[in-house]
Amino acid sequence: MPGEHDIDDSGALLEQVNQALQDATPLRIQGSNSKAFLGRITAGEVLDTRSHRGIVSYDPTELVITARCGTPLAELAQVLDEAQQMLPCEPPAFGDGATVGGMIASGLSGPRRPWSGSVRDFVLGTRVITGLGKHLRFGGEVMKNVAGYDLSRLMAGSFGSLGVITEVSLKVLPKPRQCLSISLEMDADRALLRLAEWGQQPLPISAACHDGLRLHLRLEGGEGSVTAAHDRLGGELLDASFWADLNEHRLSFFDENQPLWRLSVPNNTARLALPGRQLLDWGGAQRWLKSDAEGAFIRKVIDEVGGHVTCYSHGLSDCPFQPLSGPLMRYHRSLKQQLDPQQIFNPGRLYAEL
Amino acid sequence: MNILYDERVDGVLPDVDRAALIQAMRERMPNLDVLHEPEELRPYECDGLSAYRTTPMLVVLPRHLDEVQGVLRLCHERHVPVIARGAGTGLSGGALPLEKGVLLVMARFNNILHIDPAARTARVQPGVRNLAISQATAPFGLYYAPDPSSQIACSIGGNVAENAGGVHCLKYGLTVHNLLKIDILTVDGEHLSLGSQALDSPGFDLLALFTGSEGMLGVITEVTVKLLPKPQTAKVLLAAFDSVEKAGRAVADIIAAGIIPGGLEMMDNLAIRAAEDFIHAGYPVEAEAILLCELDGVEADVHADCDRVRQVLQQAGATEVRLAKDEAERVRFWAGRKNAFPAVGRLSPDYYCMDGTIPRRALPGVLQAIAALSAEYDLRVANVFHAGDGNMHPLILFDANQPGELDRAEALGGRILELCVKVGGSITGEHGVGREKINQMCAQFNSDELTLFHAVKAAFDPSGLLNPGKNIPTLHRCAEFGAMHVHMGQLPFPELERF
Repeated sequence: MPGEHDIDDSGALLEQVNQALQDATPLRIQGSNSKAFLGRITAGEVLDTRSHRGIVSYDPTELVITARCGTPLAELAQVLDEAQQMLPCEPPAFGDGATVGGMIASGLSGPRRPWSGSVRDFVLGTRVITGLGKHLRFGGEVMKNVAGYDLSRLMAGSFGSLGVITEVSLKVLPKPRQCLSISLEMDADRALLRLAEWGQQPLPISAACHDGLRLHLRLEGGEGSVTAAHDRLGGELLDASFWADLNEHRLSFFDENQPLWRLSVPNNTARLALPGRQLLDWGGAQRWLKSDAEGAFIRKVIDEVGGHVTCYSHGLSDCPFQPLSGPLMRYHRSLKQQLDPQQIFNPGRLYAEL
Repeated sequence: MNILYDERVDGVLPDVDRAALIQAMRERMPNLDVLHEPEELRPYECDGLSAYRTTPMLVVLPRHLDEVQGVLRLCHERHVPVIARGAGTGLSGGALPLEKGVLLVMARFNNILHIDPAARTARVQPGVRNLAISQATAPFGLYYAPDPSSQIACSIGGNVAENAGGVHCLKYGLTVHNLLKIDILTVDGEHLSLGSQALDSPGFDLLALFTGSEGMLGVITEVTVKLLPKPQTAKVLLAAFDSVEKAGRAVADIIAAGIIPGGLEMMDNLAIRAAEDFIHAGYPVEAEAILLCELDGVEADVHADCDRVRQVLQQAGATEVRLAKDEAERVRFWAGRKNAFPAVGRLSPDYYCMDGTIPRRALPGVLQAIAALSAEYDLRVANVFHAGDGNMHPLILFDANQPGELDRAEALGGRILELCVKVGGSITGEHGVGREKINQMCAQFNSDELTLFHAVKAAFDPSGLLNPGKNIPTLHRCAEFGAMHVHMGQLPFPELERF
């Protein structure tokens, strides 16, 4: 299995962290920098994770793959593909060189997320270089493990601010036997109603997006269930590449030169009246907004429905992630202080206070 | 090495003026039920790990959240340890009381607050029983997926605290995968919401961190769970094998065929015979191992998968493959498995249930090693195995009335868990560390890793008042444990001073 580029460079990464701790120099942890547009701008010496790469172990019958942080996401996908398996959470790459480490640190998931779970849900174990200058192992390569605190899943979506993720073990699953995508003509209100209704039935839906005019659905499962669902729902056939284009923001919706906001809302939230254009993904739980409206206004509207907002246009907002309540921020700071006492890992990337 | 709290190695606990604490509670919370008489305290001296008992200093049974908050604030002011308890069914002693601590019983918070069928969520209080959620949501065609075997009695707050599993984890996930939000009170009584009604929330994933944290970081006051539509149909295949190895390979072959069963369980001969004697499930008692494979979902898919699995099982050398012919037989097949523990309990005055996980490929070697250890310690071991997700439940049979047998059973259990760690597994898959596996934590994690765990604790509970002594051992305990317990001539924690 070892590829020609595989190398265990964790020693060098640990050395760089220890040097940074000694010099009190902040580090900007990056792989290919494909997600640099997300979060706040951070200063610091670059810690490039790409030298530490390669798939450490993969046994398809165990449903677990372990890879070093610098492994290209594309390489991971290819190895899984050859065994007819997949990472069900469909992490977007947002660039050719996206790495496994960046996938975990950003914690972004694709169209299958509401049905399969998020990146965090597939994390089984991690190796992490901590702010105390140690290279440690948490979790493991087994499906169930409740020994100690779940630091592995905590790393997902932490944007590198709690440590350097050097290795991750992920649960993977067989690809569905059958996959078919369809489009149905209906407006967004009706689409949301139908999705709520279908969600209570055992239908093999694995992606649902409304682009303003039509509802696009992906059906995945055995031959029988997919065929039966298609017979029942009808609609026109849709090319499966639609989902990758949606996931990677390649649909024309994302082209327009307006700020892009991500709205994460309860899945049965009705259509939201906001200036600009909207695209519904995740069956309604994730909505993309192209709008010139003020961030504070958007946040107010989304807050009222129990959701939160992320600004996807780099540099537009000084606080691209939804601000935390006072007490919650206090505990975030406390955790950061404990795990990265010298504040060297991606300071300010997530929030100015962290 | 004893697992009861030992101030010498687990840390000195503050001395509390019990009478003054009772008086302050009565003054501040006149309606709070406080138990303090010896006979009132006795029922609370253990949880599901009944071999270990400690009488709590006090037991409080609040009915209102402001009482929980009041208890936490008061205890924080006076430096009194607080141990939260749900239904008390936990198997690892996570709710084992302390003589110097208050036992905070959350069982009275047993209301289902809101079911939202369109959003497929239920908002419940922490004392609601696991099964009660599925029962309440059944009229909407929905259910809550995680199903620990104690689901008839265990409460959702405890499920979250332990990250409880069940027999359907491989396909439907653990508790952590089926939560949207929890509300907690911190050690000083401050309210936090972790997670949200949406599928994610800003900041660190504290919902994941708190799930399985065994009451060490906060007290759970409300839980919002995800609900799933009930599968249209479920079928069970029973396959018999003349060797455990063949059964293990069959499990890998099923996965390799691209099938994720709803449940996939293995039992060895001793467990099969015990279950058959007890339940009369129709198990083949001559088999060395049986597999139970449940396939659920849409009728047409399940039918096709049953054919595929049957073929795989036959090719893997099954001596017999049976499809439960109707719902009654399906329930009977499962009843044997679900009652395996009490069934084994009939073979022996006492049994000790282990909870290690291993990569599945290690199963034949681990089972051989368990057989060898069983002979070495002269105690029988029955094996029940969540084969789909690598979670083993070896049941060690012993008689506590025979001098030394409990100690032998514990020593054998410890060896089995260390074996799990050695092959890349974990000392606990779903029961938690609690007090039971506190020493084995020293085998699974090194001192730097344990130090980081203590740092996480300090971020939320710097004074260490929430459930002291559970989940994460002190380095002092590990040093003593290691000194008694030399692995292959090598001491763990060689860098630490020995006391």
